[in-house]
Amino acid sequence: MQRTSVQDTLVGLFVAISIVALFFLSLRVSNLDAYATGGDTYTLIAKFANSGGLKAKSAVSIAGVRIGRIESIHIDPDSFEAVVTMAINRRYNNLPEDTSASVFTAGLLGEQYISLEPGGMPDILKDGDQIELTQSAMVLEQLIGKFLFSKAEENPSE
Amino acid sequence: MTVSHSAASVAPLVVIQQLTFSRGNRKIFDDLSLAIPRGKITAIMGPSGTGKTTLLKIIGGQLAPEYGHVSVDGLEVPRLKHKALFELRKRMGMLFQSGALLTDLNVFDNVAFPLREHTRLSESMIRTLVLMKLEAVGLRGARELMTSELSGGMARRVALARAIALDPMMIMYDEPFTGQDPISMGVLVKLIKALNTTLGLTSIVVSHDVKETCEIADLVYVIAEGKVVDSGSPKQLAESQSPWVRQFMLGEADGPVKFHYSADDYTADLLDDAAAKSSGLLSKPAPPRHRSRYRR
Amino acid sequence: MLTLLESLGRHTRLTFTKLGRGSFFFMHTLSGLGSLLLRPRLLINQLYSVGVLTFLIIVISGLFVGMVLGLQGYIVLSDFGSEEALGVMVAASLVRELGPVVTALLFAGRAGSALTAEIGLMKATEQLSGMEMMAVDPVRRIITPRFFAGFLAMPLLAALFSSVGVLGGQLVGVGLLGVDDGAYWSQMKFALDFYDDIVNGVIKSIVFGWVVTWIALFEGYDCIPTSEGVSRATTRTVVNSAFSILGLDFILTALMFGDQ
Repeated sequence: MQRTSVQDTLVGLFVAISIVALFFLSLRVSNLDAYATGGDTYTLIAKFANSGGLKAKSAVSIAGVRIGRIESIHIDPDSFEAVVTMAINRRYNNLPEDTSASVFTAGLLGEQYISLEPGGMPDILKDGDQIELTQSAMVLEQLIGKFLFSKAEENPSE
Repeated sequence: MTVSHSAASVAPLVVIQQLTFSRGNRKIFDDLSLAIPRGKITAIMGPSGTGKTTLLKIIGGQLAPEYGHVSVDGLEVPRLKHKALFELRKRMGMLFQSGALLTDLNVFDNVAFPLREHTRLSESMIRTLVLMKLEAVGLRGARELMTSELSGGMARRVALARAIALDPMMIMYDEPFTGQDPISMGVLVKLIKALNTTLGLTSIVVSHDVKETCEIADLVYVIAEGKVVDSGSPKQLAESQSPWVRQFMLGEADGPVKFHYSADDYTADLLDDAAAKSSGLLSKPAPPRHRSRYRR
Repeated sequence: MLTLLESLGRHTRLTFTKLGRGSFFFMHTLSGLGSLLLRPRLLINQLYSVGVLTFLIIVISGLFVGMVLGLQGYIVLSDFGSEEALGVMVAASLVRELGPVVTALLFAGRAGSALTAEIGLMKATEQLSGMEMMAVDPVRRIITPRFFAGFLAMPLLAALFSSVGVLGGQLVGVGLLGVDDGAYWSQMKFALDFYDDIVNGVIKSIVFGWVVTWIALFEGYDCIPTSEGVSRATTRTVVNSAFSILGLDFILTALMFGDQ
């Protein structure tokens, strides 16, 4: 049982460095600070004809800046649309009622997110409100179909 | 701690009655009975493999007997609950054959170990006690040495100092003289006797070193085949008629403990081999599988 | 044929018996926590031999693993034109999988085998027996501090491994291969969720730490107290630890990441 203070120092150093590493991982490598500032959120709903590749925890952004995330997605039993429930950071509680929500793709690897574009109406969205204007995700097959169709229109077969 | 000379303490410290214990198929003890008197040095001797170390473990409560009574200072050892057993063990010191010192501690810390674990004494108090114990075994100057730097004899003396650290009422010595040079043996003999007298201890010495043990023992039990074959003072045993005791005390090669391991008839064995060899049919019998003592 | 079945049956029974003994042993170990907290010195000593001395191998391995990930990741991602996702790939692989698993394997090999050998040797030289006779519970005195040291050290070491690995990936990706530094870090931050990735990784390493330390200590405590027995026990520690780590990793990964 060598009770050297050198040993103590080294153990303390080891633990300290490891904790620094944990902080590094939490703050620099992952998005802990996003949680730190925005624990407080309010809920908004949007309905889409096609929610594409959206899933729970996908991002919700305005002008490219993340302001919240998707809580859940389910189907409206009457209209069969996709109902997306979003948790928006309370800091951004002045979104106009005519804000539109579109499904975009981030980067080439295809992770999809919701981008909100604020409108100009004076009334603002409150907790539980629904965003009326939505643009669904682009589906590749539909795009190709549209493209072929428009190409066919341009060059009518003789 | 000190032996009072009233009539009440004349009752033996350790009483073993009808002890039966087996390991696997082998019966180690078969209806064994003996009593260890207080304040004296009692020796338990016998040929190798008679389970003398096992006996110490049973007295210390590390092994439980199949049948029989084992009582130390009036307490039935196999029946003791965990806590009571631990309390009893604090009053018993044990000197293992190898010393069993903790290898990551030096001599001082080893002797201080029981004090640090079981008492709340201050470090200066502990230091005083440790130095006293080490002085008693003559190793006060060696207190900074690590266990690996000690010779076998010195390690045993340190273990002895550790065994008396808590001032126990009895000490059990497991083969203390085995493998020691004459000087170390002389030292140990002197120490065991001196400690027993000055500290008023009860000592149980398990050994097969006849000469050394008989120098200091007040009472000797000879155990063979799981039973006590004879007992008495060393002088009485020297005149014993039991063939076991005679073979043991005189160191005879053959007697109740046979020279030859049991085997088939010699001539038949030789002829068997020769005949088989000449006809070319010699097949080596499979060697016996090594049965380690510790195989569960 | 029959003897094969017989030995299989016997082996299974022995395994279950051993598992039972190991569970009792574990509960006995835990019971020593109270007295351990009164004597932190014992824990510090063990944290030193288990944590500090494993530090170097973990950091060096982490660095190299991170660098290899950076290199291999770059090669794969450049086929898709997605080199900027290198940070995500390196960090996610490390934090979710490689950090906890590789650290646990290295820990089992270095610290685990050392623990087994130490305990086994103590058993063989009757030190444990001697302690019992001195009315000191050897499990509480010797095993419990070592268990909690390993249990605490593992997540710390895994965090170190992952951190150094991410830096190693940056060294190769940004420094050598020309990936944009900003993209490396920002994409990583965006993609890695604290709760899903970091916390899960830490949970994994805690579980691994518990299992590996338990196996190492029990194999030492339970071994046959001869030199051959100790060396066999050391081998068993490393092998059983490896199996347990990889098996548990699958189960934990399926539980944690399976619903995505």
